Amino acid sequence: MKFTMLAATAVAALTGFAAQANTLVYCSEGSPEGFDPALFTAGTTFDASSHPIYNRLLEFETGTTNVVPGLAESVEASDDGLEYTFKLRQGVKFHSNDEFTPTRDFNADDVIFSFMRQKDETHPYNQVSGGTWEYFQSMGMPDLVESIEKVDDYTVKFTLSKPEAPFVANMAMDFASILSAEYADAMMTAGTPEKLNTAPIGTGPFSFLAYQKDAVIRYANNGDYWKAPADVDNLIFAITPDASVRYQKLKAGECHIMPYPNPADIQAMKDDADINMMEQEGLNVGYLAYNTTIAPFDNPKVRKALNMAIDKNAIIDVVFQGSGQVAKNPIPPTMWGYNDAIVDDAYDPEAAKAMLEAEGVKDLKMKVWAMPVQRPYNPNARRMAELIQADYAKVGVDVEIVSYEWGEYLSRSKDLDRDGAVLLGWTGDNGDPDNFLAVLLGCDGREASNRAQWCHQPFEDLILEAKQSTDQAERTRLYEDAQVVFKDQAPWATIAHSVVYMPMSNKVQGYKVHPLGGHIFYGVSVE
Amino acid sequence: MFGYFISRLGMFIPTFLGVTLISFMFIRVLPGDPIIVMAGERGMTEERYQEMVEKLGFDKPVLRQYWDYLTGIMQGDLGESFVTKKPVWDEFFALFPATLELSICAMIFAVVLGLPAGVIAAVNRGKFFDRALMSSALVGYSMPIFWWALLLIIVFSGNLGWTPVSGRIDLLYYFPSVTGFMLIDSLLSGQAGAFQSAVRHLILPTIVLGTIPLAVIARQTRSAMLEVLGEDYIRTARAKGLSPTRINGLHALRNALIPVITVIGLSVGTLLAGAILTETIFSWPGIGKWMVDSIFRRDYPVVQGGLLMIAVIVMLVNLLVDVLYGIINPKIRRR
Repeated sequence: MKFTMLAATAVAALTGFAAQANTLVYCSEGSPEGFDPALFTAGTTFDASSHPIYNRLLEFETGTTNVVPGLAESVEASDDGLEYTFKLRQGVKFHSNDEFTPTRDFNADDVIFSFMRQKDETHPYNQVSGGTWEYFQSMGMPDLVESIEKVDDYTVKFTLSKPEAPFVANMAMDFASILSAEYADAMMTAGTPEKLNTAPIGTGPFSFLAYQKDAVIRYANNGDYWKAPADVDNLIFAITPDASVRYQKLKAGECHIMPYPNPADIQAMKDDADINMMEQEGLNVGYLAYNTTIAPFDNPKVRKALNMAIDKNAIIDVVFQGSGQVAKNPIPPTMWGYNDAIVDDAYDPEAAKAMLEAEGVKDLKMKVWAMPVQRPYNPNARRMAELIQADYAKVGVDVEIVSYEWGEYLSRSKDLDRDGAVLLGWTGDNGDPDNFLAVLLGCDGREASNRAQWCHQPFEDLILEAKQSTDQAERTRLYEDAQVVFKDQAPWATIAHSVVYMPMSNKVQGYKVHPLGGHIFYGVSVE
Repeated sequence: MFGYFISRLGMFIPTFLGVTLISFMFIRVLPGDPIIVMAGERGMTEERYQEMVEKLGFDKPVLRQYWDYLTGIMQGDLGESFVTKKPVWDEFFALFPATLELSICAMIFAVVLGLPAGVIAAVNRGKFFDRALMSSALVGYSMPIFWWALLLIIVFSGNLGWTPVSGRIDLLYYFPSVTGFMLIDSLLSGQAGAFQSAVRHLILPTIVLGTIPLAVIARQTRSAMLEVLGEDYIRTARAKGLSPTRINGLHALRNALIPVITVIGLSVGTLLAGAILTETIFSWPGIGKWMVDSIFRRDYPVVQGGLLMIAVIVMLVNLLVDVLYGIINPKIRRR
């Protein structure tokens, strides 16, 4: 007993890490791939790079998908929608580090550098750090952006090959972060160009201090920030891959905020008086895509009947353990253009069975593909497939569940003659409905990201018109109409949108859950 | 002894070549195209896919790819990670000291507790102490690492608050890495309390990682000791009137050590495998988690390079074990 007490006293004296008053510790879920956001695509990387260290010409307002001025004070589109002129902010300072001290403020050269290295294959930085510029490529920017021109030191003009309204939102995305051309030149001269990725210099609210792989990232407050400085002196990412351990660290006061709690821990967290649990619908959708080119799934009434056979509330309870909400539209409710007037197909197995019989469908056998990976929009695809299998059995449809390794799954599910309906989902990139509706349901997406292989001209006309319009009200109306067409044609069973939970110490003030999924600590303080 | 060492070293080269081939083939026989996995749900155009195939060298025949890999190894180049775009070599050596430090501590923990436990159990064969120790060893051996780690964290870090939950040192200590070994770097930093913090962070991961080798060593020591204790020369020693401590500690244990050292050598592989889970749970920045992530991402260069390096380390440790046999038992090196 005496030994136990002595040991306890000794250990207690040694322990007791308390984050310093002005330090915010975030228990992040993984390591960043690097610190140059244009090189990578993972949200974890963007949390550690583009959000604290960099700015973009335009920014997403934290907590919304609204696009607001960033390093550009204003942007003006030409009448034909082909030219966008950005007026840049003056007096913006880049960070410095041991090897670099900027001699000038941010200007048009930095904008040209940040984009041309991604676009121009002959640019000296195009191949640095194995640059594949995945996001720039996947958003179709190489073909869309015809030229980028420096009008003067504080004016840049982008010329597009075709009118495309989502371009504005694209400019607020992480790949569009602005790097220092002067730093790039200095590192190229020093023979260490890869330092752009490993020792980042930006204009953001925090400057990079140090990174120990898989352990910790340290940032300092950027006192010269062009907006009001951040509220904490130091920001630390304590990399903690296991969700249960993150929870224990939060309880022990070893970190202030953690992402991605285990669904099973959520109730306990809500009950804990020391933890403030914030939540918001995620900008994502999980769906079951039929192959609309193959009978009987080429018949919208059959698809509609199958949708009515799925008990989505049971899926939310069992698969999401409550951390999700039923999806009725192919875009999430936090996105502008969401048509809330649409009424979801009611769960009605009897009516579904009758509809199938009316369409001459009897003893239908089909495959349902279950993803082998976990995603926020589908935390357990196998379980979801089993529930759908049971639901379909009630209407006389015999389901065989199939699955493949993730790479194979993605590859085979794109085939035009694919056998079966595929469980998959999507997380939004830029808060624009085009990023869901055109990418996932447009005719160009067939044999690619359009897993339903669905091409329906009335829908296509609406989304093409919306893409080319620069009038937001007009675009909203067009997307609302497109959702009506979608619901009527039912190329997917829309299953769920996840709910994003962010548990944090109740000492944390000012945090906003960002609908685009990023974790942003500018404006956050610790008591 | 030198000839014995050279003969053991000679076996190293074909094994090394075999390992390069296995590490190269292992990741390629798994289904899953790294480019498609990289693109994820977003996908990519066929044209872009072909560009990536060329960029990553997958358009070359497999034998040519293997040859490039082999010649790279000979020049000390293990390639660059597809994901982080950094040299595999740099990543490995940035992370390996953390794994090595943890593995050494776990092994010391296992040997320091396992050897005496095995000896005491053998000497007290059939008694309560023997049964209790061997039952505990069986439980330790069978316990899932993941569960064991979480249990210790919840009890000692969460409920009692005696140990930190995870990491290598408290975040308020900040100093540059000199050796990569936190115990040494914290001492070199001169910051008050840093070393104690590093030690405290090592306690739970060491116990978790050392539990299985501890159980194996204790059981192996017990059975080897029991065998030796029945030998004639032990009876002679007893008849000579030597003290039980001298008989058990010197005569019996030394001869019982050969199989125990074999087990310790083999445990290095177990430790590196166990490190994968231990590192993930304790957010320990070592090579275990790095390798697992790379397998899921189909990051060929990291998986190939990491496997090769781990295999070389296991081979080196086993070479050392072979040499130790020769030192402990001269009959072996004369064979």
